Amino acid sequence: MNLVWKLLRRHVSVAQLAGFFLANLFGMLVVLLSVQFYSDVIPVFTQGDSFIKKDYLIVSKPVSMMGTLTGHGNVFSDTDIGDIRRQRFCKSVGAFTAAQYDVAARVTVRGMASFSTDMFFESVPDEYVDVNVNNWKFDEKENIIPIILPRSYLSVYNFGFAQSRSLPKLSEGVIGMLAFDVWLRGGGKERLMKGKVVGFSNRLNTILVPSDFMAWSNAQFAYGNNGRPARLIVEVYNPADENIALYFQDKGYEVESDKLDAGKTTFFLRVVSGIVLAVGLLISALSFYILMLSIYLLVQKNADKLQNLLLIGYSPARVSLPYQTLTILMNLAVLLIATGLLVFIRQYYMDTILLLFPGMEVTGIWPALAVGLVLFVIVSLINMWAVKSKVISIWKQNS
Amino acid sequence: MNTITLKQTLPEVFSSRDDIRSDIWHQELSFRKGEICLIEAGSGKGKSSLCSYIYGYRDDYQGLICFDGKNIRNFVVKDWVEMRKKSLSLLFQELRLFPELTAYENVAVKNSLTGYKTRRQIEEWFERLGLADKMQAPVARMSFGQQQRVAMMRALAQPFDFLLVDEPVSHLDEENSRIMGEMMLEEVRKQGAGVVATSIGKHMILEYDKIFKL
Repeated sequence: MNLVWKLLRRHVSVAQLAGFFLANLFGMLVVLLSVQFYSDVIPVFTQGDSFIKKDYLIVSKPVSMMGTLTGHGNVFSDTDIGDIRRQRFCKSVGAFTAAQYDVAARVTVRGMASFSTDMFFESVPDEYVDVNVNNWKFDEKENIIPIILPRSYLSVYNFGFAQSRSLPKLSEGVIGMLAFDVWLRGGGKERLMKGKVVGFSNRLNTILVPSDFMAWSNAQFAYGNNGRPARLIVEVYNPADENIALYFQDKGYEVESDKLDAGKTTFFLRVVSGIVLAVGLLISALSFYILMLSIYLLVQKNADKLQNLLLIGYSPARVSLPYQTLTILMNLAVLLIATGLLVFIRQYYMDTILLLFPGMEVTGIWPALAVGLVLFVIVSLINMWAVKSKVISIWKQNS
Repeated sequence: MNTITLKQTLPEVFSSRDDIRSDIWHQELSFRKGEICLIEAGSGKGKSSLCSYIYGYRDDYQGLICFDGKNIRNFVVKDWVEMRKKSLSLLFQELRLFPELTAYENVAVKNSLTGYKTRRQIEEWFERLGLADKMQAPVARMSFGQQQRVAMMRALAQPFDFLLVDEPVSHLDEENSRIMGEMMLEEVRKQGAGVVATSIGKHMILEYDKIFKL
């Protein structure tokens, strides 16, 4: 092998290979960066509620002055629900059930301060909530209520309350570890329980508890039996279906549509990332072209040596090996250096992103690494094939 | 491999001629393992062509060439690689050495394929052929006669059933030619191999089993 390499390294052009190396490094870096940036930033817009099914809408009736004055009007009747259920776009409909008793909560932060508030609970049928089953179950004996809070509540605390009082900011993880006191009061009864936050939601603007807890607590503490839902959760087959908008517009219902804004932003992010990715791939492709030309030139210049090696019994595979190794090592070096640079650059923008969106899930560099590896494997395989086929063509020239 | 058979073989460039008188072309004959054969001819009669046909790097001939009854036109790359590694060795008329390697490296590059000879054995060859002091010299700086001896050592540094030597001593004096003949014969006898040697007039003095006029 050493002797073969001693023969075949002749005419290896360092300048050409350096040109390829830099171009490929740049291309690879752009590709990796676009993929990584996209996967780092996209959760900001789409950070879904992993515990809520994706394709659902929350429907309510508008609160009108007439309704307020007459004291009824924004609850859904069985006929309304039945009508929605009959629509083609509708997969299933669930009703929000509100707690019909008083709820108060008190949180103590590191013994320094405590604040208490009146609040409310709502529940939706469990099949719409996808949180770990063990966490989303109510057991009267344990005395703990699992709760899903709107993420905006946490922001209100962190950026409003904590900021102004110099209190510590709380991450979602820390909140999950805290248990706070909850008083349930109604129907002449009172009970102190513990509340535990098991998740945060961007889309459900309510304080959500398990439906079995709601059934139990309403039975225990409810003032009266006024159980008509004011909001519905509707699971649809395709949220982009225009019939949905038409139907709800026709009925005069309100649909929470935050998904639309996030959708627009992610669309543009996707387009921009796509363009950058394409440019990166183009640079990579061009650098790959330089490498192929360089290798072809090298093989051509060393054709007589390759020919003689083949004639004294070397197989085309063995003769190809030095050049294949050379290209693979270079591709590998490009991948490693590009990954290193990516990690370096990512630190800068991730600091900023995390500052802007604390509590955002950080995914790690796996997406970029996966794309880089796939690119490396594909390019290396094509390189290997190209070198081998060039050597085979020299064999054929022989005969 | 035990026999190389030629059946009505003729270089395509001769196909239009009608005055072919040859012991080889357009005949049916076999070279057998263990036999030492000499093919004599003037230049332009196709000696090197014959070697290249048998060695598998040209196929511009009519008729058949068979190894143990198998038509070599059907051989694929893999077959030829195996053949050149283990059954067939050729001392090229144009030598085909690597000028940028030393004399020793030129032999070693072949020997490393099969590890057939030890470094010590190769050094002994260099001593016998009077090239001990040239072992580490680049081949490019050696005379053609010296290069011929290096090429012979390279041809012998592998197992083979047949050794083709294409004008092996064209640039050697009688003494060197004799030593090289002896060395070649030793190796050939040891392997029980056959030899097909070509000559343009000057040839190694050996006891040939068959002599053909091309």
